[in-house]
Amino acid sequence: MKQKGAIPPSRNPSLPRCPTGIQGLDEITGGGLPLGRPTLVCGGAGCGKTLMAAEFLVRGAVEFGEPGVFMSFEESESELKANVASLGFDLAGLVQRRKIVLDYVHIEPSEFQESGDYDLEGLFVRLNHAIDSIGAKRVVMDTLEALFAGLRNEAILRAELRRLFRWLKAKGVTAVITAERGREQLTRNGLEEYVSDCVIMLDHRVVDQIATRKLRVVKFRGALHGTNEFPFLIGDTGISVLPITSLGLNHKTSNERIGTGVPRLDAMLGGRGFFRGSSVLMTGTPGTGKTIVAANIASAACKRGERALFFSFEESPSQIIRNMQSIGLHLEPFVRKGLLRFHSARPSLYGLEMHLATMFKEIAAFLPQVVIVDPVTSLMDSGTPSECRAMVTRLVDYLKARQVTTIFTSLTQGGHALQQSEASMSSLMDSWLLLQDLEGNGERNRVLYVLKARGMAHSNQVREFLISKNGVDLVDAYIGASGVLTGSARAAQEALEKATALANLQEAARRKRELGHKQEVLERQISGLRSDYETEAVELRRIDQQVGTRTLVLTTERAASGRLRQADAHASHGTRDKPKLGNGRP
Amino acid sequence: MKKHKTAKRHSKIWQLLLYVIDQTPKSQTAFLNLKRVCETHLKGRYRITVIDLEKHPQLAKGAQILAIPTVVRRLPSPVRTIIGNLSDTERLLVGLDLRASG
Repeated sequence: MKQKGAIPPSRNPSLPRCPTGIQGLDEITGGGLPLGRPTLVCGGAGCGKTLMAAEFLVRGAVEFGEPGVFMSFEESESELKANVASLGFDLAGLVQRRKIVLDYVHIEPSEFQESGDYDLEGLFVRLNHAIDSIGAKRVVMDTLEALFAGLRNEAILRAELRRLFRWLKAKGVTAVITAERGREQLTRNGLEEYVSDCVIMLDHRVVDQIATRKLRVVKFRGALHGTNEFPFLIGDTGISVLPITSLGLNHKTSNERIGTGVPRLDAMLGGRGFFRGSSVLMTGTPGTGKTIVAANIASAACKRGERALFFSFEESPSQIIRNMQSIGLHLEPFVRKGLLRFHSARPSLYGLEMHLATMFKEIAAFLPQVVIVDPVTSLMDSGTPSECRAMVTRLVDYLKARQVTTIFTSLTQGGHALQQSEASMSSLMDSWLLLQDLEGNGERNRVLYVLKARGMAHSNQVREFLISKNGVDLVDAYIGASGVLTGSARAAQEALEKATALANLQEAARRKRELGHKQEVLERQISGLRSDYETEAVELRRIDQQVGTRTLVLTTERAASGRLRQADAHASHGTRDKPKLGNGRP
Repeated sequence: MKKHKTAKRHSKIWQLLLYVIDQTPKSQTAFLNLKRVCETHLKGRYRITVIDLEKHPQLAKGAQILAIPTVVRRLPSPVRTIIGNLSDTERLLVGLDLRASG
């Protein structure tokens, strides 16, 4: 058994346990049945009492090296061997190797006549002989109630049973006693009165045409034990009990990221994809490409050399492979290499528990790094919402504990983006991708966005999700004032934008040309003005010169005239020029 | 294995096996009761074999012994089984098919 090493140690060291090796049962009971004491397993017809007892014995002999005695009151040795052989237990071989002794106690009331007082010492002798012959540590008595049918003197029988259980305890064997379920008490004949250490109740009930087996530890003296009902299954490797509560929220988390196989999707998820061991919910209406995204993730895992397990509840493996081929995703080589495994089953094939247990078994056998459940909503039909939620919780916990990345696809009915079941399920999920159809302009287009992604920066953008024969791709959807545009509308918008851009470009060029022209004109004007100015400046300089000259002349003339006038007064000044008259103007 | 040959050979010898464990008062009583009935009804044509399972526990399984004491009528066939200390003679006679029941 895979879980052999995972048996938790007894929570109560004062009460030693005897591990059953039955998957899950040891977890519930905190290590196993009370060692050296009898345990009562009761339940209705066909609930698996005999198989549980047989498994306890076989696993004891095979896994724990404890030989056992199977005392059967109902089935003959050959019947028993044949019955447990269907679970893969080689009872006949174990008997041959003297690991197990079978003793069929045949009681036929019509062949018996009781006369006077007796005891069941014969049974004790047989049992004792069987135990001693192989040094048995485990004993199964299945079912003692046959004695009540065979023997009339109930007073003797009850006294002897009491003695039997005392004797078993004194003998130090761990015993499993099976008993038929009673109407008002646990067992039909009140055997629980004698076996007071541990009582396990098995139940097989049918709800909505789906049968579920349940196990409950009614009593476990001196020890903590789970009191809930636990679903259990009888599969081809024996019984497996599925503990719900034993799994805590203490799984390790990984910082490793794994790609989705769609680069743009990775980019939306902070550039590196999902966290390893995270659970991803992918919801979408029919035909939005959930399976395709899931298959891409599986294929990406296989390309990394990891194993992927694909649970398909709607399509057969060959159908998925064929359909994925059409978008250029070749899954078959991975299947052949043993990296990809499909498990297809109709949801209505069996109950939720059976599905869950089958999944657990597949996961335990294949040890995948990526698990895809497509779609998880199909399973929802097999149980009530609370059961489904419990189931998904268990599946998520189980997979997280094993660091398995899980993709759940979820089908939503057209129109509603979210449904109640998803809203409740989503809180269990680390990431949530939403695939949606957008209708408009007479066409339907797929979009994808990341609704949530715990622990990573992620894009808030809606991306158009394109599926072609070359695979899938994500393109930016056009988001504008008129809303989100996809498909041909996006293409049209893009063309429109391109045209507008071109027009803008041309306009800009024209303007640039105009401006250049203007500049030219302006420059020409400037140069004209400058030449004007220069002309004027030259003129001005000339005027200035003239004025200067004239002023000089004037001054000179004035001086000369002054001198002349002074000469009038002083006459001693020499004569230089001809004397001028008037105001000195030329 | 103690053998009590009570009579000479007869055409119809009854073979009776009495399974006991140790010489307990209960098994003593059973033996005496059985012998008394046989003496009364089968004088000279019965043979009682007492088998002590304490000494031969391996015989219990094959003979399908559950209760002690047990008398098995091996012959004449069919095999009949009576359990108890055989204090209820009526039942013993019915069990041995020496008297029609009821």
